[in-house]
Amino acid sequence: MERSIDLGTFVPEPDDDMLICRCEEITKGEIRQAVHDGMFTIEEIRRWLRAGMGLCQGQTCGKLVKGIVAKELKMSPWKIEPATSRAPMRPVEMRIMGNEQLEG
Amino acid sequence: MNNCADVVIIGSGIIGNAAAYNLAKKGCSVIVLEKDNSIGHGGSSRNGGGVRQSGRDKRELPIAMWGVKNIWPTLSEELEADCEYYQQGNLRLGKTQEHLKILQNLTNNARECGLDVNMISGEEAREICPYLSEEVIGASWCKTDGHANPLTTTLAFYRKARQMGVRYISGEEVVEIRKIKGKARLVVTKNNVYEGDTILLAAGMESRKIAGTVGIDIPMVPHLMEVLVTEAQPDMFYQMLGTAAADFYGHQSKHGSFVFGGSSGLEGYRKDNGTYTNSSITAACTCRGIMKYFPVLSEAKIVRSWGGVIDMCADGVPVISKVEEVPGLTLACAFTGHGFGIGPAVGVLLSELIRGETLSVDLSAFAYDRFKAKI
Repeated sequence: MERSIDLGTFVPEPDDDMLICRCEEITKGEIRQAVHDGMFTIEEIRRWLRAGMGLCQGQTCGKLVKGIVAKELKMSPWKIEPATSRAPMRPVEMRIMGNEQLEG
Repeated sequence: MNNCADVVIIGSGIIGNAAAYNLAKKGCSVIVLEKDNSIGHGGSSRNGGGVRQSGRDKRELPIAMWGVKNIWPTLSEELEADCEYYQQGNLRLGKTQEHLKILQNLTNNARECGLDVNMISGEEAREICPYLSEEVIGASWCKTDGHANPLTTTLAFYRKARQMGVRYISGEEVVEIRKIKGKARLVVTKNNVYEGDTILLAAGMESRKIAGTVGIDIPMVPHLMEVLVTEAQPDMFYQMLGTAAADFYGHQSKHGSFVFGGSSGLEGYRKDNGTYTNSSITAACTCRGIMKYFPVLSEAKIVRSWGGVIDMCADGVPVISKVEEVPGLTLACAFTGHGFGIGPAVGVLLSELIRGETLSVDLSAFAYDRFKAKI
């Protein structure tokens, strides 16, 4: 993918302050700005903003983020890869996770 | 678009991006090629974020110390992005007399190079970090060490370089470097050909295969490591942590989450048919290690774990070097898991090396032709 594409000037939108990622409190405007800063993939958005990196791991906002990124890039959302799912699928306490070996 | 530039960089990790930024700052035209769809998708986005000098090889220490003194303190300001750099020291912890011996050795080596690092008792360590368990009987302490956010730092270099006109192409897998009249000049990808006066190879473990296309081999092997992250915790401590037994390493990030790296010790025997995957036993093993030192974290929830590949060099320090037999080619690979902390400094040094300027730090210890048979 050619990264030196011209997306035009960043024009603020009235609902830019709407929360998209509830866990990490990332707004629509922040995601749009990140795309204009060159963050073109969901992985890059996650790493740059933390959107989808909180307790739900993007299970709530994943599709919304994808839609916003696609719109800014003027691409179909189908062409944008979702982020990689990571273990554990639900948050697990360290003492539980560390206890996978049978005792005795 | 024009596929020619002064410098073509292969790899968009912290090394490639930092070099691109510094070269662009000095007026060079630069093209960066990345195999993956995402920028910085390798080790640069998968490490524990250490910006350490203590515990490093004597040959590597001058770069680490130069970076901590000259680059890191002002990096966020320079890149206009928060790299989340904390310089609150590094504790390397020991639980047994054997551990203390290892720590003493590392401390002596670092002191010989002029680094301010010293051994402290368990009580002194608990004064610095009150959450440490009673099992800790001693530590090495380097107060100028720290940590930063590898994700934002790597992407901040990319963002700034891109703003300065560096051309990035992702999803562009390099097949070979080709010579013209004895000089490395063309970079052939699956879809295109790029041309540069200089080619900088900074593709982590992938560098081995690509360097092989011009007959150069760097002895390095892939080494899998895994990292996990907890949910955000209250502000507790901002020291970088490691242990003499290498149970884990990590820190609390600005966001509040703890980021810890570790391994199970069985990585070399994994059964994944060449595709790197993280294993079900490693995060659990790392958790057990962490809880021995920080019982207070036992209720912290793990939200995510991931794996990454270290380009482990035969002698444990990177290759940062021009290549005599292949003029036009510069190598920056085999960082052995130390690339993030020294990356911003290496970026400056690479711009000096490529432009033939006086080097701020001597790089002769990192020559590509230093590897010899043992007898």
